[in-house]
This record gives sequence, structure tokens and C-alpha cells, in this order.
Amino acid sequence: MKKMEIIEGYLGYMRESIEAVEKTREKRLKETFPLMSLEEREEILKKFHPDYKEEAKRPVKVGPNKGDLMPHEVADLLEAYPLVKPKEVDLSKVDFDVDVFIIGGGGAGMTAALWANYTGVDAENILIVQKLRLGDSNSIMSQGGIQTADKPNDSPVLHYLDVMGGGHFTNDQKLARRLVLDAPMLMKWHEDLGVIYDKESDGTMVTIHGGGTCRKRMHSARDYTGLEIVRNLKDEVLNKNIPILEFTSAVELLTDEHKQVAGAVLYNMETQEYYVAKAKSTVLTTGGFGRLHIQGFQTTNHYGATADGIVMAYRVGAKLRDLDSVQYHPTGAAYPEQIVGLLVTEKVRGLGAQPVNKNGEQFVYPREPRDVEASAIIRECYERNNGIETPTGMRGVWLDSPMIEILQGEGTIAEKLPAMLRQYKRFDIDMTQDPILVFPTLHFQNGGVVIKENAETHVKGLFAAGEITGGTHGKNRLMGNSILDYSVFGRIAGISAAKYAKKAKIGKLTLDHVTRYEKMLKEAGVETDRKAPILLPEYREEKVLSRALDIF
Amino acid sequence: MGKAYKVPNTLTIMKAIEYVGYRFIRSCGCRGGFCGACTTFYRVKNDYKLQVDLACQKRVEDGMYIVQLPFIPAEKPKWDLDKMKSTTDEVIRVFPEITRCLSCNVCTQACPQDIEVMRTIQALRRGDLEDAVNLTFDCISCGACSIRCPAEITHYQVFQLARRLFGKYETIPAKHLMERVKEIEEGKFDDEVSKLMDMNLEEIKELYKKREIEK
Repeated sequence: MKKMEIIEGYLGYMRESIEAVEKTREKRLKETFPLMSLEEREEILKKFHPDYKEEAKRPVKVGPNKGDLMPHEVADLLEAYPLVKPKEVDLSKVDFDVDVFIIGGGGAGMTAALWANYTGVDAENILIVQKLRLGDSNSIMSQGGIQTADKPNDSPVLHYLDVMGGGHFTNDQKLARRLVLDAPMLMKWHEDLGVIYDKESDGTMVTIHGGGTCRKRMHSARDYTGLEIVRNLKDEVLNKNIPILEFTSAVELLTDEHKQVAGAVLYNMETQEYYVAKAKSTVLTTGGFGRLHIQGFQTTNHYGATADGIVMAYRVGAKLRDLDSVQYHPTGAAYPEQIVGLLVTEKVRGLGAQPVNKNGEQFVYPREPRDVEASAIIRECYERNNGIETPTGMRGVWLDSPMIEILQGEGTIAEKLPAMLRQYKRFDIDMTQDPILVFPTLHFQNGGVVIKENAETHVKGLFAAGEITGGTHGKNRLMGNSILDYSVFGRIAGISAAKYAKKAKIGKLTLDHVTRYEKMLKEAGVETDRKAPILLPEYREEKVLSRALDIF
Repeated sequence: MGKAYKVPNTLTIMKAIEYVGYRFIRSCGCRGGFCGACTTFYRVKNDYKLQVDLACQKRVEDGMYIVQLPFIPAEKPKWDLDKMKSTTDEVIRVFPEITRCLSCNVCTQACPQDIEVMRTIQALRRGDLEDAVNLTFDCISCGACSIRCPAEITHYQVFQLARRLFGKYETIPAKHLMERVKEIEEGKFDDEVSKLMDMNLEEIKELYKKREIEK
């Protein structure tokens, strides 16, 4: 066969490697590569995990976390000047005046809105602002599932142990406890809303393993778990008449003279005008930083994942933690080029597919915690040179998906992984017959804004939930704990914000904290024309940008 | 888009639009085929057929003429599931227009997810809620079907109602989940979790290492 000829989706030289994978398959069906010890894990992380590259980070120069190491891409945003000059904004004219104000309309934001409503805040006194459309978020893309210790052989205690071990025992214990103890209640709530989880005919939940789980506690809705939950939340938010402002970004938080957060300055992405939103309590549910492409990595994240909330919270004095730890999902698509970086859900491994190298050999237990699994794949590709190189120069390893059909029965992929199957079919690859090529991809912001157990930040009137927060997962989140995270803490944030709003009295609105922050940047010698938050990533080509005229 | 641009033929429609210098502020969402924000209608050279796909998933073709549709102009009817029954009649009551279906199947041809849209509408008309749910589980609400429909049905909203009624009333609640919620409310695990929280690092590490992994 010719090296560069495409045969059923793959180039000739890839087909040769696939033949090697097929040859070892029968043997591999009977044996699994052993788990690493904690010591081995530590060693491989230090050597191969991108987080441990010292040159990729620097101490941030200003603010509550001054001196803490952050990836350059994050430090660049914290050491950037505001988008709006305080004196350009007329705070005496208030456009929206609400009790509970929610920035970010993904899973956490919608959950918070609904629970604020259940706690007694009338829908018209809530506002969700969203820079794309309601529900456009990482939440909707989540495929694999949600962890809940609800089976008789499982318990929240074991779930807690897994969460802590997965996070290398760096987690905030109180947040981890809340996560596992509230999990079943939130899943029950989903059931009541009408979320259709995969179940046996008697109602028993279908559960499988995820990386780092000691019990099979991954619940799913085919591989559209995030979609199924988000569309239910969205439908309910709309049914309750909760006001939503789409295609509008928050660009700066507002405070009052009592140093409590009191809403935000908003920016209409289309007309480019600003609005003043005044609120008794403010909830940040802006998600993570995938679109910052830390260390140049591809990402699974949605278009708006640009860490806007982190920037706004930091300027108002919120403390951050663990932002130096980035989750690289072990299996992002490495081929074909059109889908490079997109998620290949962990469920593929959960159902039995093994990662194998170009010779068809196993080199890692298929379900180590994500950071360990990712490190092993990087080692296989770059130290041991056992990866497969694509025409664009990317390297990857095979994920032997046809094993699923052999282990679980023919048709399993179509039934349990329809999104994956569809995605590859679009590019003429049949993952039921052939393995797929994968490499780690930037997936999740492990750290974030520090919150207390009631989802309150250290700044009065400011609450946060979901990926923007840090602590729950320590330095590494396990699969299935992100939907759970935004559900558990979205609910708590909604309830806490509602309670706070009942008592809060907002004084005169100011942007003084922004002026102070600017002064701090100048004093620290930060000279730059960088501005933040960035709101959206920049993917235009330099050849276009260099010729752009600033006319209107 | 009214102008011809040359782009590498390996790009998706979405990446091609960025390549030529546009910056999306709409018609771009998850970029992974899950959100339906980048629905794009197009025709190719020498073909009268109007086609539709997701810009983030579809590779560019020579002579492609495109327009994007970030959402469908349609009001969402409000409903309170607690006051509804899980029947297809209920779905038809909220969306009487589905009885106007002409069986032209344009909806099915438009679906980028290959959902049998028309068959689903027929399933609802003949009273099969479960069939409708199974057929549309992979719907990403892009609305391509609805913009093409001569009967002016907003299929994605119809399917959402069908799925929620089915999910809420026709699936059996997980007994083990209810029991676990009750146990947690009664504080059954509080002491054990507290014990773990009080452990020092070495103790909890030891416990973690020794935990048994379910086969």
C-alpha cells in the first residue's frame, strides 16, 4: 500500500501501524497493563506532565496572589489593563437592577438561577448574562458522565477518597466533602427535571468506571450527557421566565463603598455599547480558560472559555488557587486535522478500549488519573518515539476502540458513543473497525477562585461555582466530577446568593477597585498594551490583522 | 458570503471563515458539534440543492456559497411539567402545528445529526412517545429542520417537550438513588467522612492505596 494514500480515512503508513494493533488485539483482550504505584505516578508527572515545565510559568506581579506561579497565559491576563476606563462609564444610570445577578449561562449559571428562584427570588429579580447563547458552554460538551456514589457497593466515603487521591490530596477537604455528599441529591433533582440517564429496565442506573474511580459510578446519557442535562436546565430556565441577556459580556465587576460586589459593567458584543447592571448579589459562573491555549496546546473547550471571570474576580480582590495546574485530557483527537484537539471521551476507555503505541503494545493502564495517563502518552510519543506522526507533524497513540465491540458486543459503540461514532464517520473513519489516534488536549482549569463551602468568595456579595472555582478537585479533577461540581456548587451558589440578596443593601456604585488595580500595575512596573478580559480568542490570521484599518 | 475567498481545502467551514479574517461573535459555540450554534446553509458549484451542516464539523468544498444561522426566530412556549401528562396528545396540544406535517421529509434531509425528523413527527402523531424520544436523543437543537419546514413546525422544541415528559414520567426512578439520598439526609456517612478529613496525609494515602478496585 502507498504511504500517503488514504484508505478508509487513514493514510497508508498509518494503516501499516493499524495492522500491528490488530495483530496484538487478541492477546491484549486478556491482559491489562498494571496500575502505577503512587511513587511511579509522581515520577512520571514530574518528568512529563506539562504542569511541571518551569519555563511555562512565572510569578504574578500584582494582586492577592502576588508571587504565586501561574502559566504565562494566565499571568498575562492578570497583568493586563482594564478594557474600560472607569471615568468613561456613567454609573448613575442603571440599566438593570436585580437581586441575583449571574455571569455565565452554562451549567453552573443555570443551576444557580433555578435554585435562587426555588429559594424565593422572583424570576424577574434574577438576570443571567451570557456572551454567546444561553447554554453555550463546556457543560454542553461534556460526554462521559457524572459521578455519584449511589450504588449499594459504593459510598460517598469511597467517592471522597477517590476525589482526594485524584487531586493528589491537595483538595479543599470541605468542598470535596460537599461534592460527594450532595451528589445523589442533585442527580435526583435531574431525574425529577426529566433528564434521561442510561438505565436498566428496572430503573437501575447503568454505571461504569472512570479514570481513578474505585467503584463503577460514572452515570451517563449515551455520550451526550452534558447536552442532555444542559438542555433540560435551559428549558427550565426559560419556563420559569428567568431573564437572559445573550451576546453580552460582563467586563468589570462593580463595588460599592462598603467594598461589596454590586453587579457589573456589561458590554453588548454587537452594538458595542455598555450597560450598568446593579445587583444585591453576584454569581460568577464563567467557566475556565481552555481557549487561552496554555503552552500552545489544542483544547476541547468551547469558544468562550477565556477566563474572563478570573480576571474580574481578581481585580475586585478575590483570591485564586491552583491555577498553575492545568488538566490535559489524555485523549484528544490527533487525527484527522479538522477535529484535532476535540475530546475523545474517557468513556471510550471506560468501555474497554486500550491506548497502544505504533507497534500495537500497551504502555499504560487505561484508566490512571487523567494527569498520569496524559503524561504516559506524552512519554510514549516523545521520549520513547513510539507515537504515530500525522501529516501536520502531530504525534499520537492509538486508542483501540474496536475492542469495545468485542468486549461489550457488536453495536455498543453506536448505542453508547453515538457522538464519537458520528464525529469520526464524518471524516470516513469507522471507529468500530479501526482504532483512533489520540494525544493529550487542554481540557480543564483545575484551580480558580477560592470559595467557602457556601460558594461565597472572600469578597462580600460575590459567589462563584463551577470550573471558575478552585479547591474542590485540588490539582487534578477526575472524570465525571465536573458536571457534578457545577451541579452541587451551582445549587449552593444560587441558594447563598438568594439569601445574601435578601439582606444586602447596596450603596453608591463605583469602579474604584479598577482604578486601584491600574495603579498597582503601574507601581509594579507592568508596561504593556495588553487588555483583559479578552472575551473571545483571536483566530484571525496575521496576514489579515496586519492590514486591518481602524475605521469604524 | 458575497465574496470569494481562497482557503486551504483541509479546513472546516468555521476555520476557513476565521482564516479569511472574520472574528465570530455569533454562529460559533462549542466548536465540537454539540451546541448547534454554527448551523450553515450552503450550495456548491453546479448543484441546485440547498444543503446544511455544522460549520465546525464540515470541511470546505470548492465553490461553496454559505450563510449562517445562529438560532431560529421562534418563541419558546412555556410549560409546567408538573401540570402535564406524559402523552403525545399533550405534545400536540402545545404544538398543534405538528398535525400540519406534509410528510415532505425536507426536515430529515436537513438534519446534520442524521436524525429521522419526519419519522419522529409521525411517531408523535400516532401516539408513540418513546419512539420519538429515542429517535431524537442526539438532537442538538440547531433548528435546520425548522427553518426548512413548510408546516412551520419548530421540531427541536417539540422534541424537547417529548423528552422531558418521557424522562420525568415514563422512566423508572432509580431506587438505589432514592435510598442513598435518604441515607445521606439521615447523616449515615457524616462520621466516616469526618474521620477521613481528620487523617494526616500519610494515613489517608495509605487508605487510598489499599482501597479495593471494583472489577
